[in-house]
Amino acid sequence: MNRKLVVSSSPHVRSIESTQSIMVDVLIALFPVALVSVFLFGYRALLLMAITVFTAMVTEAIWLRRRNIFGDGSAAVTGLLLAMVLPPTLPWWMALIGAVAAIIVGKQVYGGLGHNIFNPALVGRAILFVSWGSSMGGNIWPGPKLFQFGANLAAVTGATPLANQEEALAVTFSQLITGNVAGCLGETSALAIILGAFWLFSKKHIDWRIPVGYLGTVFVMGTFFGGGFYHGHLSTGLFHLLAGGVLLGALFMATDLVTSPVTTTGRLIFGIGCGVITMLVRLFGTFPEGVTFAILIMNALTPVIDNFTVPRAFGEVRRGA
Amino acid sequence: MAVSIATFKGGVHPEYFKELTASLAVTPVEPPKQVVIPMLQHIGAPCEPLVKPGDRVLVGEKIGESEAFVSAPVHATVSGEITAVAPHAHPSGQMIEAITIESDGEDSWEQPAAVEFDWEKLSPDEIRRRIREAGIVGLGGAAFPAHVKLAPPEDKPIDTVILNGAECEPYLTADHRLMLEQPQQIVTGLLIMLKILGAGRGIIGIEDNKADALRVMRQEIEGRPELKVASLRTCYPQGAEKMLIEVTAGRTVPAGGLPMDVGVVNHNVGTALAIARAVTEGRPLVERVVTVTGGGVARPANLLVRIGTRVGDLLELCGGMKEDTGKLIIGGPMMGLSQPHPDIPVVKGTSGITVLSDEEFELEEATACIKCAKCVDSCPVNLLPLFLAEAAEHGLIERAEKYRAADCIECGCCSYICPARRPLTQWIRLAKAEVLKRRRQR
Ligand code: SF4
Ligand code: SF4
Repeated sequence: MNRKLVVSSSPHVRSIESTQSIMVDVLIALFPVALVSVFLFGYRALLLMAITVFTAMVTEAIWLRRRNIFGDGSAAVTGLLLAMVLPPTLPWWMALIGAVAAIIVGKQVYGGLGHNIFNPALVGRAILFVSWGSSMGGNIWPGPKLFQFGANLAAVTGATPLANQEEALAVTFSQLITGNVAGCLGETSALAIILGAFWLFSKKHIDWRIPVGYLGTVFVMGTFFGGGFYHGHLSTGLFHLLAGGVLLGALFMATDLVTSPVTTTGRLIFGIGCGVITMLVRLFGTFPEGVTFAILIMNALTPVIDNFTVPRAFGEVRRGA
Repeated sequence: MAVSIATFKGGVHPEYFKELTASLAVTPVEPPKQVVIPMLQHIGAPCEPLVKPGDRVLVGEKIGESEAFVSAPVHATVSGEITAVAPHAHPSGQMIEAITIESDGEDSWEQPAAVEFDWEKLSPDEIRRRIREAGIVGLGGAAFPAHVKLAPPEDKPIDTVILNGAECEPYLTADHRLMLEQPQQIVTGLLIMLKILGAGRGIIGIEDNKADALRVMRQEIEGRPELKVASLRTCYPQGAEKMLIEVTAGRTVPAGGLPMDVGVVNHNVGTALAIARAVTEGRPLVERVVTVTGGGVARPANLLVRIGTRVGDLLELCGGMKEDTGKLIIGGPMMGLSQPHPDIPVVKGTSGITVLSDEEFELEEATACIKCAKCVDSCPVNLLPLFLAEAAEHGLIERAEKYRAADCIECGCCSYICPARRPLTQWIRLAKAEVLKRRRQR
């Protein structure tokens, strides 16, 4: 028995969870959403996902001069998340540029995973949006029209000629939930998104405060200010929840670990902030959709939120000023 | 198994590995040929040796003592001849003055000085004196002198005594076995404490993974309405002082405060047992139960050993360390101290010897913090370990103080859970020590 014993500080055992295993869990969580998008949009969806994921991984590996292209898995997550917020009609080379931008501008210039301020996938999307807005929004996206509810409900339901508004709502809801509406790859099926999020909840990778704060705010604001003569009707709030990228944003984008607050109070504030900005953009803004910008703005505020919401220590009577 | 809802906020669920030793009865070990008894086995002032090389001593004879109030005397644990009084490697990592005794193999004991052994007839002061004389310290690992906790100042009335039988530290089963094997003595110890403190309520907190201990202790307290056994949810660090008091008594120890600030005194179940024996038998603390466990040891066991026994000798007794042993820990894997070699003595606070094989722990490079906040959610005292550790790493002590480094209980949850394998506890511990040092200087 002459071998060397390791001496180090306690604790001497560690949880089996690693950065990589968390990233793999996020990929698993995105699987149902990805599957539905392939089901709805066919090979184009598959192509876009393959391009963004692969490009993101290769870009990061080259930047870090790392041989293992999967690495900690975060690049794959960024790539897949980016694909989820791209319209299926987007030219493949734009997706490629988006992925490169997401990794470099969104992450590596800050010093890599953990140091970035903004959600990389949303940075990629924002850059594409600013560069080629028409390809990014386009007619395919139902987002903008949905929110001018009372004004032109007919546009929402498209070709379906429904005389009465209640029926129109009913049809549209079921489409939104199962995913049978046009939209970005991952923004279509509420059911798939929620299923994936459940996985992350069960693994405790995400906390309820951000999604609940976000979705709750959207629902409340949507209900009261959400649309034309339907003011105050709960279904208006629900519509705002299910349409566009809110659900994907609230469950997969706003909950990004690196770019959201770490304090419990901070997470709630962050979620509510995202909701408020999203609704302000929807109601008054000129952009068709506010999710991306809402989250990016709140990302920028995250350090400030963390700083102002330092929790009281156990047994601390009042905040030591 | 009864599901208990009682738990605290935060914490982690490490694998417990208690099955290695939980069903093994405590086995007494023959007194060793040689013991090394450090003069410092407690929190407080070290003892001065009362003997010199060449002196002969009996088991239970006092060989080290200090004038200071916060201190505890030490006793000879074998009979024989003193062969050395010199610094010796200590589980704390320091060299500490220690007395070496070569056993004469007789195991002759000193006769107890006391005459009255019915504790109900003794005055609180006499009981406290006996506890101090017996050298009893917190046996859960903290090793704070027991008589000090049992002598609170006048303005801090105590109404509740809590016994810690949570044993939330993975691998260790010493307290579990004591509760199964000597419940009566533990309860006597608790009753003695209630008496000297004038407290009206005693609670024994046990994690619900020890259903048999819960049952046995419940039987034992039957017919005593002032006592209660609380079933606690299995979650590390359920047995941490502040957590235990919050969960069992529903009282929050103020930050920077002590349990007595909320009318509570808490002790480990093993300490209660030692107190019972000191008071009712006049027996000083010369032995304790140690769990020898882990994948690196051939035959894990719960052993009753004389204090001062070489850790290496105990390991030999358990079949020796295996080839693939990577770590030797005094205590358990969450809070224990890893050792460079086994040539150290068992001291009063040694609750376990955990030998981890290479497979049972990993040495991984820390990577960048991904701000997953798992450390935040796991911290039982509500700190922000990621920012605290960052401040500590950069030597920003004031910043660490602002983030309340001083409140850290060094439980290790944050490091345990961190997916980026950041040594958070290690950094925070350093910052805490520095913050406390600066506070003392102010
Ligand atoms: S657990 Fe580790 S990676 Fe997660 S926030 Fe804390 S320090 Fe950062
Ligand atoms: S900061 Fe201290 S008290 Fe909090 S989890 Fe880490 S070691 Fe435990």
